[in-house]
Amino acid sequence: MSTVEKKKKIIIPKKTPMPEQEPAVRRRNFEEVPFGYTPEQAQQEAERCIRCKKPSCMNGCPVNIDIPAFIGLIADGDYVGAARKIKESNCLPAICGRVCPQETQCERECSLAKKFEPVAIGRLERFAADYEREQGLIELPQRLPSNGMKIAVVGCGPAGLTVAGDLIVLGFQVTIFEAFHRPGGVLMYGIPEFRLPKAIVEKEVDYLSKLGVTIEFNQVIGKSITIEELFKNLGFSAVFIGVGAGLPSFLGIPGEDFGGVYSANEYLTRSNLMKAFLFPEFDTPIVKGSTVCVVGGGNVAMDAARTAVRLGADNVYIVYRRSRAELPARAEEVHHAEQEGIVFKLLSNPVEIFGDENRMVKAIKCQEMELGEPDASGRRRPVPKKDAYFTIDTDLVIIAIGGVANPLLTKSVPGLELNRWGNIVADEHGRTSLPRVWAGGDIVTGSATVIEAMGAGKKAATDIYKFLSSPAAEAPPWR
Amino acid sequence: MSRIIEKKELVENMFEMVVEAPLIAAKAQPGHFVLVMPEEKGERIPLTIADFDRGAGTITLVIMVVGTTTKKTTRLAVGENLYALVGPLGHPSEIKDFGTVVMVAGGVGTAPIYPIARLLRETGNRVISIQGARTKGLFFWEEKIASVSHEHIITTDDGTYGRKGVVTGPLKEVLESDREKRVGCVYAIGPAIMMKFCSLATKPFGVRTIASLNSVMVDGTGMCGGCRVDIGGKTLFTCVDGPEFDAHSVDWDTLMHRQRIYLKEEKCSLDRYMEEAGIK
Repeated sequence: MSTVEKKKKIIIPKKTPMPEQEPAVRRRNFEEVPFGYTPEQAQQEAERCIRCKKPSCMNGCPVNIDIPAFIGLIADGDYVGAARKIKESNCLPAICGRVCPQETQCERECSLAKKFEPVAIGRLERFAADYEREQGLIELPQRLPSNGMKIAVVGCGPAGLTVAGDLIVLGFQVTIFEAFHRPGGVLMYGIPEFRLPKAIVEKEVDYLSKLGVTIEFNQVIGKSITIEELFKNLGFSAVFIGVGAGLPSFLGIPGEDFGGVYSANEYLTRSNLMKAFLFPEFDTPIVKGSTVCVVGGGNVAMDAARTAVRLGADNVYIVYRRSRAELPARAEEVHHAEQEGIVFKLLSNPVEIFGDENRMVKAIKCQEMELGEPDASGRRRPVPKKDAYFTIDTDLVIIAIGGVANPLLTKSVPGLELNRWGNIVADEHGRTSLPRVWAGGDIVTGSATVIEAMGAGKKAATDIYKFLSSPAAEAPPWR
Repeated sequence: MSRIIEKKELVENMFEMVVEAPLIAAKAQPGHFVLVMPEEKGERIPLTIADFDRGAGTITLVIMVVGTTTKKTTRLAVGENLYALVGPLGHPSEIKDFGTVVMVAGGVGTAPIYPIARLLRETGNRVISIQGARTKGLFFWEEKIASVSHEHIITTDDGTYGRKGVVTGPLKEVLESDREKRVGCVYAIGPAIMMKFCSLATKPFGVRTIASLNSVMVDGTGMCGGCRVDIGGKTLFTCVDGPEFDAHSVDWDTLMHRQRIYLKEEKCSLDRYMEEAGIK
């Protein structure tokens, strides 16, 4: 009792800082920005946890990690135990510890957050996962004996990997079908190396492969194999669709077809997946701008802007039509971007892109905006200011304004209900309008976060297990 | 998977490769394309499927060597594997009885024209083919095209074979002599500049004209938008909305400029590769 009281008295108001690369250095390399905690730092941070009787942090976690338990284990010095505790609910902890928006999830619910900075749950998660991996202490969990049933997972991103990880240990055979030649989905093509090293994604995927998950690369389901064939010809008992968001949106302004104008998807895919940042060692080229304008204010816009800095740009601007308060990006990403010298042109909306005689971009014209009444999203609507324009000379424009659902798979599945934006309609368990077909992640919700996709995958996996363990599963798999 | 079964150099710098791809072959239809990546550090490029054999589980690709990726791909030996092969992608050709169809093939475009012409003929169309190349030495698949054509016109820019001149000459003549309006559709597949001029040639006749666009792509599944084209003022993606479009609606100049965005990088990459691989 007395020790608990003692702990209460010595709460350190701020999180233990995590060492990171200096902005001036990291601007020119693709190495990860934060170095992660040392065991001493992790222990110090874990001891900030006041071990609430009724912890609320878990309520903020889409995959229900037992946060107090793993933090307790770190405080006790059992780092590997902590990693395994996390893995009971989350098969990709090294990834989540890096890319989850903890400030709006677990850390927002932390009791400390009312008066002080919350416990750095994300950093501790990362520490535990990294420690286990770096010490070579990763152990495979016990698998239930094979039940003879096969699950097909379409898409090897965070949702699909979660479904695979959860069901493989329950005795299912799991095959993931991936359109690209590498695993990970957005973790590989979207999030840059300096925020999520690809070696870590590979290790986490490797962990699933060691558990027995099979990955079939270069398979576009709906094209080379249909969903119906997965059931009828290949004998799968259930299908989970987690194909991600899809087609990038453009602004619809003149000049978007000029060379040097990219969707963020293309820019990031060229750099991250195809390794264009290593051109010409790798064959895929990328336009390297000296003055770069990124349009949009989300995490993807920050990733694109920070990639442009590392590819050698002198000036990088974020052009966003609302104000700072509305920026959808995580605070940490905005902070890192500013540290790296990225300039925010807020309340600015592009109206035209100009090109040179070779039809390569040379300037972007923007209109100044002001905030009006709140719109349907509750955010104040940006309203154009009359006759208030400015032009930025630029040789690279990256459009990062989200996208729409990819129809490639959904169009190939008769009877699969879609909403008016083309996203798959799924209930809270991920069930779609078709029997034995579940869906989750961005293809259901539209652009969201890695952890939300994992949360959806987790719920679907639970429901698939429940369904396939019930008498209803006796019905023939297709029609 | 994706093992190279056969390879031959049809003419200089033009290779025919038969690749093991049973799943793709089972679903392939004329007009479809695949994405090819020759090796781990390679680029992904789209190639139209030139033929397929469902029984043998193979597809045929005809590859003109223009840069690093095509060079690397065609240097792979029989028995080796493509690093990645994805497909069949895009929409298949629209096949129906148009009456008479004119199939205009330029250079490497001969390859994708062939299975479309074959199926159009099987569907009851009268097939007039116009096959063009710069010079006699660049002709390939002449017998294949002849075998599916009721009429087969050959042109060379330098007059070394067939008629001297470009494909648009005979194309116009065919349409001019078609007083009963039997030609229901013109297909033009080849370099963008050829497709543009075929489109301009057929426009006054009001005959439906289809072109298969060869945009730069990365994923080929709609995700990157790099292959966007202006079709009648609307931005569409070649990979998921095409690759075939109404030629009269295509903004050809934009397409051609977008194909040249990486000219400098492509040269740098090829020079580097040739030096490394010790090729003159």
